[in-house]
Amino acid sequence: MNKNSKFRAKIRQPKIIAFLCNWCSYAGADLAGISRLQYPPNVRVIRVPCSGRMNPLYIIRALQHGVDGVLVSGCHPGDCHYITGNYYARRKFAIINSLLQYVGIEKERVHFSWVSASEGGKFAEVIKQVTEDVKKLGPAKKLVKKI
Amino acid sequence: MKTKKIQDIARKLLKEKKVDVVIGFEKGTLPSSATPCFIRNPDEVDRLIWNSFCGNNLANYLPKRKDKIGIVAKGCDSRSIVVLIQENQIKREQLYIIGIPCDGMTDKNNVLHDYCLICEHKNPVIYDVLVGEKVKENKAQRHPEGLRDTKWQKIEDFEKKSSSDKWKYLESELSKCIRCNACRNACPTCYCKECFIDQEKPRWVGTTNNLSDIIFFHLGRIFHQAGRCTDCGACVRACPMNIDLRQFTQKITKDGETLFDYETGLDIDVKPPFATFKEDDSEDFIK
Repeated sequence: MNKNSKFRAKIRQPKIIAFLCNWCSYAGADLAGISRLQYPPNVRVIRVPCSGRMNPLYIIRALQHGVDGVLVSGCHPGDCHYITGNYYARRKFAIINSLLQYVGIEKERVHFSWVSASEGGKFAEVIKQVTEDVKKLGPAKKLVKKI
Repeated sequence: MKTKKIQDIARKLLKEKKVDVVIGFEKGTLPSSATPCFIRNPDEVDRLIWNSFCGNNLANYLPKRKDKIGIVAKGCDSRSIVVLIQENQIKREQLYIIGIPCDGMTDKNNVLHDYCLICEHKNPVIYDVLVGEKVKENKAQRHPEGLRDTKWQKIEDFEKKSSSDKWKYLESELSKCIRCNACRNACPTCYCKECFIDQEKPRWVGTTNNLSDIIFFHLGRIFHQAGRCTDCGACVRACPMNIDLRQFTQKITKDGETLFDYETGLDIDVKPPFATFKEDDSEDFIK
C-alpha cells in the first residue's frame, strides 16, 4: 500500500443506499432538507413507490454492488398510502434481516426504519445513526462482486 | 405389500377413468434406486413399486397440469401438494392422492437421510386413500418457549457463531456450486415460468460463476422458500456437488415457525406467512 492509497483509505467515506418510500420517508427526507437539518452526506436515495415494493433481494444486490450500508425506510404501520403495503413489507424484512445475519452479514450493514412525512428530524437522526454504525464497520468486503 | 396395494389402487383408478395418469415410482436403472414414472395405461401398473429409495418429491410434476392426476405422496410430498394448492398451481379436484405413511427414505448405502431423521410429518397431511397403517409421528421435544429442541439444533449452533465464521462457512460451501440450477429444478415449489435469475429485461442478477453471483442466487432462492419449504430434501439430493443447502433453507423454515407461527403445508385454508400479516408482528429490528 503506497502513501497515496493509505491517505485515500483514511478519507474514504462510506456509501449508503437508502430505499425510501415515496409517501412518507421520501417526504421526510424532503422536510429534513427544507428545515435545513444537518446530516451526513453519505446516503444516496432511491425512491420506491412503497416499502412493500421493495424486493428484499435489492438489499443483497446493493451490497453486491459494493455499498457499505443499506437503509430501507417506509411509513409507520397503519399509515401506508396503500393501506397494508408496509405490513407485508415488515414480514419480508424480518425474514431477510434474519437470513442476512444468519449467513454472516454484519447486523449494522442493513437497517430498517419507519419515518413519516412529518419526521424530518427523525430522518436526520436515522441517517446519522446509520452512517455512524456503518463507519464503525469499515468498508464492506463480503458479497462485493470483484471483476 | 405397499407396492401391491399401490398397483391395485392405480389399476382401479385408471380402469374407471377417474384419473388420466398416475405418478409414482418404478425401478431405477441402477440398483438401489427408484425413478419417478407416469402410468397412463392400466396394463402398465405393474411397473409401480414402493421401497425406501422413493425419495423424490413427486409434487414437482404437478404445477400447471390440466389433466386428472393420481399421485403417490409421502408426508413431505403431501405438504408440498398443499403448498401448490394454496398457490393455485393445481386444483384439489384434479388430484387423487394416494397417501403413504413413510418411515424415512434412505440413500444408496441404505442410510437414512438426515432430514428424515427429524421429520415430524411422516403421515400425509392430505390424501384420498391411505396405503397401510399410519406410523407414529416423531414429535421433537419442545422448549417451554415453543422452540423445538432437537429439530433446530444444527441451526441454533450455527446462529451462535461469529459473523465471520458464518460467512466463511457459507463461502466454503457455495464455492463448490457450479450453477447447474439442479436445486431449483428439483424443488417442487420452484415453478416460476421465469425465475429471477433468468430475467433479462433488465438482467439484474449475475449468472456467472463468480462467488458473489453464486451467493446472490442461493440467498435469493432460499429467501423465496420462506414459508414454502417443507424440508423434503429435494435440493440436497439433486445437488451434484453435495452442498449443505439445508443449513440455510432450514433457517427460513425456522423463522417462519418462530416469527409467524406458521408451519408449511399443513392446512390449505391457513394463509402462508407472506400472504397475510398481523398488526402486532414483531418489529424490534426496525428503528
